[in-house]
Amino acid sequence: MEPILAARGLVKRFGRVTALDNCDFELYPGEILGVIGDNGAGKSTLIKSLSGAEIPDEGEVFLEGEAVNFSSPIDARKAGIETVYQTLAMSPALAIADNMFMGREIRKKGLMGQLFRKLDHSKMQKIAHQKLTDLGIMTIQNINQAVETLSGGQRQGVAVARAAAFGSKVIIMDEPTAALGVRESRRVLDLILDVKSRGIPIILISHNMPHVFEVSDRIHIHRLGRRLCVIKPDDFSMSDAVAFMTGAKKPPSEFVGTA
Amino acid sequence: MVENATEDIHSEVESDHNSFIRKFHHVLHQTPAIVPLIVLSLSILVFGLLLGPKFFSPFALTLILQQVQIVGIVGAAQTLVILTAGIDLSVGAIMVFSSVIMGQFTFRYGLPPTVAVACGLLCGSLIGCINGWLVAKMKLPPFIVTLGMWQIALAANFLYSANETIRSQDIAADAPLLQIFGTKFNIGGAVFTYGVIFMVFLVLFLAYVLKHTAWGRHVYAVGDDREAAGLSGVNVNFTLISVYTIAGLICAFAGWTLIGRIGSVSPTSGQLANIESITAVVIGGISLFGGRGSILGMFFGALIVGVFSLGLRLMGADAQWTYLLIGTLIIVAVALDQWIRKVAS
Repeated sequence: MEPILAARGLVKRFGRVTALDNCDFELYPGEILGVIGDNGAGKSTLIKSLSGAEIPDEGEVFLEGEAVNFSSPIDARKAGIETVYQTLAMSPALAIADNMFMGREIRKKGLMGQLFRKLDHSKMQKIAHQKLTDLGIMTIQNINQAVETLSGGQRQGVAVARAAAFGSKVIIMDEPTAALGVRESRRVLDLILDVKSRGIPIILISHNMPHVFEVSDRIHIHRLGRRLCVIKPDDFSMSDAVAFMTGAKKPPSEFVGTA
Repeated sequence: MVENATEDIHSEVESDHNSFIRKFHHVLHQTPAIVPLIVLSLSILVFGLLLGPKFFSPFALTLILQQVQIVGIVGAAQTLVILTAGIDLSVGAIMVFSSVIMGQFTFRYGLPPTVAVACGLLCGSLIGCINGWLVAKMKLPPFIVTLGMWQIALAANFLYSANETIRSQDIAADAPLLQIFGTKFNIGGAVFTYGVIFMVFLVLFLAYVLKHTAWGRHVYAVGDDREAAGLSGVNVNFTLISVYTIAGLICAFAGWTLIGRIGSVSPTSGQLANIESITAVVIGGISLFGGRGSILGMFFGALIVGVFSLGLRLMGADAQWTYLLIGTLIIVAVALDQWIRKVAS
């Protein structure tokens, strides 16, 4: 099978530090790929290179087999790659619908839209409501509520819904459960599985081993700026994964490189 | 038993009380202009009762509009900038410099007044654009950028004009276009000027733009969280530069209106526009931290100041009482803003 998103030989240097050292990456259609690695291993640089937030010094990124050069997150978004940032990237004082359509607002049809550039608030609210209901997170009473009045889990839900609504090809999630309690994490994990069941592949970056092992189909272990190995969660234990990650243990050679 | 019952009633009352506060909080969150509107209505009512027809007449009430027209227009510019979590200290200087350019270009170089006015408007926009570029691209703090620009524009204004005033009679004779915003008309005792009409339309127009266009939503998003706005696809630099440029243009219009208001072109006029516009914005319930508030609030804020100054003057009170009350209002408004910003959990 062709990978939907792939990278070959990525190199990224920040001054004397080499954050990415000839790194490869593959994401296949319909899967959840966990990405783990110690702090400073370069996983966020890898993810940023894929989502357009960083431009790699060397190497190539392929989307559906074609080489792409993203110069900003907006480029990647236009190509169908949505990112749910750890900070969620939402404007707290604005309403849910405003946030979901930020930067891609829908204008009214006809004269009001063309000449007066009037936004179609009711249409955007309807779509936002629909998307949230689809994902089963319509515990929110009012779509015009400001995002800051939502709980952490609800905010995460809105951010995921935004990505799922527009991410046609790939969704990248950076530490989606880091700031959440047990019950809210549960709900977000269910949400991730639900998005996967819609056929959209997901890259999940997390420090939380149980979460990664629970939902991932494959796990990319990052170490010293490159991919160390790719494992299946059923083949190894969490402590093995941590040992690979920290270098305490060497992965069996058949898993090194590609998988 | 009895104790329990009273406790129940007590807790019920408390929860009622809480839900009322929460509702009030929610309403303020949705429509932040409501507090200044209440304060405005109350102050008109109180002065009306105290002063009777002397205050409560079409003439006196429209006089307030005339007195706040400059602050209202400059306040509209200030509102845009403050919504992006910035501040513009150069508004007054841009206004005066633009009005001087309109006057001097007409009288020193003999340009047609239309061309001179266009040059003044262009100059205001250009200064605003430089402010915006420095804030957006160079990432300098708006306070510092506009503090510098205030001095630069004001000094340029005095150097260029050679501190010379163009007399009202000369303008009326040779270039009446410069005074057009001072044109008065009467509707049943109520006196309006073109400047007042311009202010009202400008505020309504910007209220529409801020609420119903993508650009308006972007202004709020950038002020709320610049980083988040950028990541969710807003062109932050374009939004900031356009806001400061439009603010400069509006200030230049204020300069044109200023000529209509005082008749002459005077490089020393309008020195308080900075502080008065910020006062109107703050009393109007717009958050100095950006992203919150509405331009209608600023308009009400400007009117509140106007009502207080005229009301107290008609009562024969010392003008210092106005400042004392306005000062109190500013502090109350900011305290209220802090409360609104607290998230209802």
